[in-house]
Amino acid sequence: MNRVDKKFGELKRNKKRAFISYVTAGDPSLAVTKEIVLALERSGVDIVELGIPFSDPLADGPTIQAASPRALHKNVTLKKIFTLVGDLRKTTDIPIVFMTYYNPVLRYGIERFVSSCKYNGVDGVIVPDLPYEETKDLMRCAKKAKISTVFLAAPTSTRRRIKDIVKNSTGFIYYVSLTGVTGARRKLPSEIASNVRTIKSMTRKPVAVGFGISSAGQARDMARIADGVIVGSAIVKIIADNQKNNRALISKVSKFSKTLARSIHNA
Amino acid sequence: MRIPDRRGYFGDFGGKFVPETLMAALGELDIAFKKACAKRAFKEELDGYLKDYAGRPTPLYFAKRLTKSANGAGIYLKREDLLHTGAHKINNTLGQILLAISMGKSRIIAETGAGQHGVATATVAALFGLECEIFMGEEDIKRQAVNVFKMKLLKAKVTPVSSGSKTLKDAMNEAIRNWVTNVRTTYYCIGSVAGPHPYPLMVRYFQSVIGKEARAQSLKIFNRLPDHIVACVGGGSNAMGIFYPFLNDNVKFAGVEAAGFGLGTGKHAATLCKGSVGVLHGSKSYILQDDDGQIEIAHSISAGLDYPGVGPEHSYLKESGRARYVAVTDGQALEGFKMLTELEGIIPALESSHAIYYASRLAKRLPKNKKIIVCLSGRGDKDIDIVRGVL
Repeated sequence: MNRVDKKFGELKRNKKRAFISYVTAGDPSLAVTKEIVLALERSGVDIVELGIPFSDPLADGPTIQAASPRALHKNVTLKKIFTLVGDLRKTTDIPIVFMTYYNPVLRYGIERFVSSCKYNGVDGVIVPDLPYEETKDLMRCAKKAKISTVFLAAPTSTRRRIKDIVKNSTGFIYYVSLTGVTGARRKLPSEIASNVRTIKSMTRKPVAVGFGISSAGQARDMARIADGVIVGSAIVKIIADNQKNNRALISKVSKFSKTLARSIHNA
Repeated sequence: MRIPDRRGYFGDFGGKFVPETLMAALGELDIAFKKACAKRAFKEELDGYLKDYAGRPTPLYFAKRLTKSANGAGIYLKREDLLHTGAHKINNTLGQILLAISMGKSRIIAETGAGQHGVATATVAALFGLECEIFMGEEDIKRQAVNVFKMKLLKAKVTPVSSGSKTLKDAMNEAIRNWVTNVRTTYYCIGSVAGPHPYPLMVRYFQSVIGKEARAQSLKIFNRLPDHIVACVGGGSNAMGIFYPFLNDNVKFAGVEAAGFGLGTGKHAATLCKGSVGVLHGSKSYILQDDDGQIEIAHSISAGLDYPGVGPEHSYLKESGRARYVAVTDGQALEGFKMLTELEGIIPALESSHAIYYASRLAKRLPKNKKIIVCLSGRGDKDIDIVRGVL
């Protein structure tokens, strides 16, 4: 059992929902990312999604898009991010999942990627531009190494596709709350609850909701219908606004995460 | 074996690498496309528009003085430059937008580099009274001001894209983002044989009218098939369109990529000559990338070739050896541009000028009884300012 499965099991026993938060690795620098991950853990985050910066992030809205060039300017690479996770593993056991576009993985080599995940303590991978039809190689390697491959389900997914998604997804199922890219939204579609219910009726695996969730109120609402709540852009925005002052960055990210963690864990 | 296969693969290339949100839409598109192809009424309607609106068939013209100056093989031009809106792009936009209408979509979006596909999309959207939004990199908006103005006259909304290299690649990212957001109402009209399945297949189908005509015209004009076909390759739609109907013939294919400042300078768009296999914009193909899998910025004097990817079927034709891919620099393309203008009185698009230059060099090496067809994919009006700046 890997750290993601263990975490969801533990939360389930305590009747709590998971707070999953996303940050782009290397924004503003790898050293600060390390501090951010530790601060997120202290603030009540259950699972950290580490974004691998990419030149062409086509599933992301402006906020997360802008984090990639900031990291790439600092020469952040997949290899260095693996080292960062290896380093983090000396002090924390928080589940860490990579969110990466497919091309950097393909270039790195799928087998090598999975073995680096295993070696450095990365627990799972989410690839937003890789539907399950195209993942045979990655899934085969990941399964052997007990690395979760988290698939996304969308409001437009047909029932048949959802069936395949829940079958192939490990760790959890990532339900995309809306048709669109990542980024804070004031209002979320009302169909989320019924769609999550449909997915949950088809599997016992945990279902987490992401995309658009930026306030404590939204996080609480989502925690009432799903097993986990994913918040990305709202945190990346705080990082973007505090690039020059690491201390302020960490304290603001912590404060915001604590508020969200409270709403999610007490929902 | 059927190419592409059911999963949209041309050998190892192609596929569907897109967010889950789009997967159902791609499935619907695949079905709608197959249905339309099987319907006689759809074909007749498309043929009617191609003939009376776009101006097909285009001539296969013997370039006498260009041939004479090369002093070798005969050079024939497939005159796609004579089409309405000035390039082959309209073959595809007519086909895809008729398909969009049959699917009940009311809004059309597209990406554009040089603006040719943008203008062709906006034109057909105007023809059918559909809402249209074109995504174009800020850099290209500067380079191709006339086409931007044309699109606006045609009542399309032109949305500048300021991310990344501010060119075609980024315009395509933004178009995909917009499609993900509005997938239920919007039809995404991709301009090349690139993108996720079924786009490479669909665009090939709509563009193969070029090759079908050229094949029949060769048999009529010189009683046999040509020995060589030469076409420029950015994403590769005009090349695929003219190659495809000759695929099983004894005809050699040359795809001409943009070598920009030179293949050794790192500033080029020669994806097949210098790139490596990766995934960009929904399909697996050759791309320009660094050691970490980050997409590199392409360079070409011609905005239409300035793209770090290429259609997956071209990667397949390269790997299988069926087609040869070569590259021509900015300077050589300008030479081709001047040659055709001065010798034939035809001002070619900078994209097509790459093919012209290579064809004239190829003709020189071949005996006089050989025949070369060049796909003259577009006219050069849009490039006048750029050429004025450098000549």
